[in-house]
Amino acid sequence: MTAPQPKSSGRTEDRVALSARGLTKVYRTGEVEVHALRGLDLDLRESELVVLLGPSASGKSTLLNILGGLDTPTSGQVSFRGVELSAHDEAAQTRYRRDHVGFVFQFYNLIPSLTALENVSLVTEIARAPMAPADALALVRLSDRLDHFPAQLSGGEQQRVAIARAIAKQPDILLCDEPTGALDSETGILVLEAIEKVNRELGTTTALITHNRMIADMADRVFCFGDGRIVDTWTNERRRPAHELEW
Amino acid sequence: MRALDRKLVRDLSRLRGQVIAIALVVASGVAVLVMSLSSIEALEDTAAAYYERYRFAEVFANVKRAPEKLAERIAEIDGVQTVETRIVEFATLDVEGFEEPVTGQLVSIPERRESVLNRLALRAGRLVAPGHPDEVVLSEPFAGAHGLGPGDRLRATVNGRKRTLDIVGIALSPEYVYAIGPGQLMPDDKRFGILWIGREALEAAFDLEGAFNAVSLSLLRGTSAPEAIARLDRLLDRYGGIGAYERADQLSNWFLMNEIKQLKSITSILPAIFLIVAAFLSNMVLARLIATERGEIGLMKAFGYGNAEVGWHYTKMVIVITGIGVLLGWAAGAWLGRFNTEIYAELYRFPFLFFRPGPAVFAVAGLVSLAAALLGSLGAVRRAVRLPPAEAMRPPAPPLYRRTGVSARWLDQPTRIVLRQLLRWPLRSFLTATGIAMAVAVLVTSMQWLDSIDRIVDVYFHEAQRQDVTVGLTESRSREVTRDFARMPGVQAVEPGRIVSVTFRAGPRSHRGAIQGVVPKPQLSLVYDVSGVSLRVPSSGLLLSTMLARKLGVGRGDLVWVEVLEGRRPVLQVPVARLFETYIGMPAYMSLAALDRLLLESPRVDYVHLLVDRTAEPALFADLKALPAVSSVTLLRAAVDTFNETMAETLMIYVSFFVVFACILAFGVVYNSVRIALSERGRELATLRVLGFGHAEIAYILLGEVALIVFCALPLGCLVGYALAWFMTTGFETELFRVPLVVQPSTYGWAVAIGLTAALTSAYLVRQRLGRLDLIAVLKTRE
Repeated sequence: MTAPQPKSSGRTEDRVALSARGLTKVYRTGEVEVHALRGLDLDLRESELVVLLGPSASGKSTLLNILGGLDTPTSGQVSFRGVELSAHDEAAQTRYRRDHVGFVFQFYNLIPSLTALENVSLVTEIARAPMAPADALALVRLSDRLDHFPAQLSGGEQQRVAIARAIAKQPDILLCDEPTGALDSETGILVLEAIEKVNRELGTTTALITHNRMIADMADRVFCFGDGRIVDTWTNERRRPAHELEW
Repeated sequence: MRALDRKLVRDLSRLRGQVIAIALVVASGVAVLVMSLSSIEALEDTAAAYYERYRFAEVFANVKRAPEKLAERIAEIDGVQTVETRIVEFATLDVEGFEEPVTGQLVSIPERRESVLNRLALRAGRLVAPGHPDEVVLSEPFAGAHGLGPGDRLRATVNGRKRTLDIVGIALSPEYVYAIGPGQLMPDDKRFGILWIGREALEAAFDLEGAFNAVSLSLLRGTSAPEAIARLDRLLDRYGGIGAYERADQLSNWFLMNEIKQLKSITSILPAIFLIVAAFLSNMVLARLIATERGEIGLMKAFGYGNAEVGWHYTKMVIVITGIGVLLGWAAGAWLGRFNTEIYAELYRFPFLFFRPGPAVFAVAGLVSLAAALLGSLGAVRRAVRLPPAEAMRPPAPPLYRRTGVSARWLDQPTRIVLRQLLRWPLRSFLTATGIAMAVAVLVTSMQWLDSIDRIVDVYFHEAQRQDVTVGLTESRSREVTRDFARMPGVQAVEPGRIVSVTFRAGPRSHRGAIQGVVPKPQLSLVYDVSGVSLRVPSSGLLLSTMLARKLGVGRGDLVWVEVLEGRRPVLQVPVARLFETYIGMPAYMSLAALDRLLLESPRVDYVHLLVDRTAEPALFADLKALPAVSSVTLLRAAVDTFNETMAETLMIYVSFFVVFACILAFGVVYNSVRIALSERGRELATLRVLGFGHAEIAYILLGEVALIVFCALPLGCLVGYALAWFMTTGFETELFRVPLVVQPSTYGWAVAIGLTAALTSAYLVRQRLGRLDLIAVLKTRE
């Protein structure tokens, strides 16, 4: 599989990058069964930016984990560019994450002992066709903070380093789980701008989890979650630029 | 059960791996202390009870021949409670199926009553019957070594006459707890035995009718022994007395007390080191364990628990973990102490064993361990409790790292993580390294004993002594006999020697010992300094071992008063010509010619060293058995074997316990360090897994750090081990033994290998856990 060519616009294409069919996920804790996903179908198209919207425990994180190769469904299939992800091969899942997926966490999860540049290098060193770490940081407008350790960066800056780390390997898919959850709105918007920019300039297929309805406006498509199912889907006529968002 | 207590139980079960590891570390320290102290206590108690029950005498004296009537005058000495006169002689025994000559010590017992002093503990059969001069009671170890029992017979050459003796009983005596033959260091039960024979039978055999040649006394409580001895000496003087001595100087007791003292030396230092190391380790490990509980502490406080409650909760956790260790240590220590004491009881041939360790031993070990653990953890609890709950529940702010040193371009990021981690917490890295180093050090120190003993054996038996056989004579003979021995079968060289009982005095200090007369340039039994120098014997003056010189407070060139205790009993001042260092005993040498002059005697000889062609040994032994003048035959080879066997049975077992505990210590430390590092860094490692790192790559980051620490710790451990060994060998010094500081490369090798094995095992166990990291949890929550 080759990395897709950068696109100059965020216009959606019809080719499907990730597709999920009939996904269910049941957690068993003792005698209680929790149905996190109840037969869910979903396609993520190449280069589009989707927002997964919903209250907590609605199943959106579970879906993201399964799409990212961190978790396996109880039933159903996930295919990446037509190839089914094998649920039982841990090494294959590690390879999938390494080569194709970029993660952005709610709590950044930077390695405290590495500088911003080194945190990004951590990933580019094991990636197949990475961009230069400094370029990735430039993309999120942190060129002047390359040599700072996480402890010397603000929360928003740390999250932008995390985004740079996620996109530096030029992933095919960028998965962001509540990337602004730990940030104030002003800083959150800076982070969303970075994600938007990556999606627009590199054409990375991006899925973003949030419970903040305002953020949905920046997506190509929006999936609304409720009780393990997609309860609503819509396509935005016009993606609202992140800097216009407000909450 | 309160919720918090339930949490405690579940936490302990969740952390069981670490709980067990810490408990084992604590248990090691406690067990070593309890084992050591309880076995010493048991040995001392047993010896005291044995002496008391079997009425071990307090003063002993030997004479040439004194009339029995003298006993009454001895009994009149102030403070004397009981007097028992005896006949004590040597004989050569011929045991069927045993080629070498055997030395027997013949000791008379009353025929018509029980002994009043030095009673026998009869183990089988009966005592001798009156009017049966050939009946004999055999010492149990000797009988056991040759498989002899009541009803068996034994051939002996008694005062030049061949006799066949009937064994009627087997016994032990407080006088021969440590039964060693002339010139031996360790009991050799095959070649030396005690034979108790009826008094009248021995009187007849040695022409001592109505006379005795040995006397023992017990004293009234509060009597001054030196005063009684002085008066006894005056009485015995004209009958050829060679100086009475106290129980402290009695051979068996002296060896026994020296052994106990030696054991005490080891046990006062090694267990203390163990306990300190164990305390240090539990302290370090618990402090880090509690630091990882930060989030839970915040939560508890958010619920409204006060600082005291939270503090007490963790204190209980520490108490339970340490308590498990203390209980384990008590049980293991008491069991090993008993085992150990039984081994010693076997060696010393006590008829019974008192193993009743007092509560003090257990209390001390328990309290020290608990206190150390509490001190270690309280700091961490206090730090955790001080945090406002909200802050405690948030993850700690990312620690600030510095770029120093580890920004070289060729380093990959995982290696940078490893190095920065070490440099960011240098103290913690240092403490972990110190913990591992201490475990390695204790291994080095424990195993060093074996190296030291090897060195002692090498010097004493191989370098300093080159004869094959030493033959003791029943009484000193003209030096002409040297030539007779030279003509015996297979004898290649003969070296004569004298041994004279003397009291050395220098100012207020004195020592009752002996001077050995040797040829000017000894070839077989050397006057040997431990530095590897064989000394020439000057034509006049004394060669003193440094230990004896120190006891007397004299140096080279000083004058020492020598009171000869036999013959004409001259008293002379003799200069110290030279000092030499020994590991065993406190010998003093003089040239034969100088000794003759000192004694005002013509040239005589008490023993000869022989170099023998091994193929001719059977013929030589047969001849020696037939010689009435021979009182003892000592084979160097056999002496070495006995020494090694005894060491293998006692000290080696003892040391091997220490080695096992040191292994547990090493494992406990390494496992805990790695395991805690995993809890502290689980999130970081899980993040890396999410980012696409494989198991091996994150294992590198976690274990690389530990590996670096271990690699620094190993040489440090060897260094500290050497220092501890130095400290211990310096503190270890008895009149019988000095322990050289010798650490063989192989000892370092073993210690390092064991340390590495502990590290690898721990790494393997933790590596298994890395496979179970929760990758999803890391995305959302913290810790």
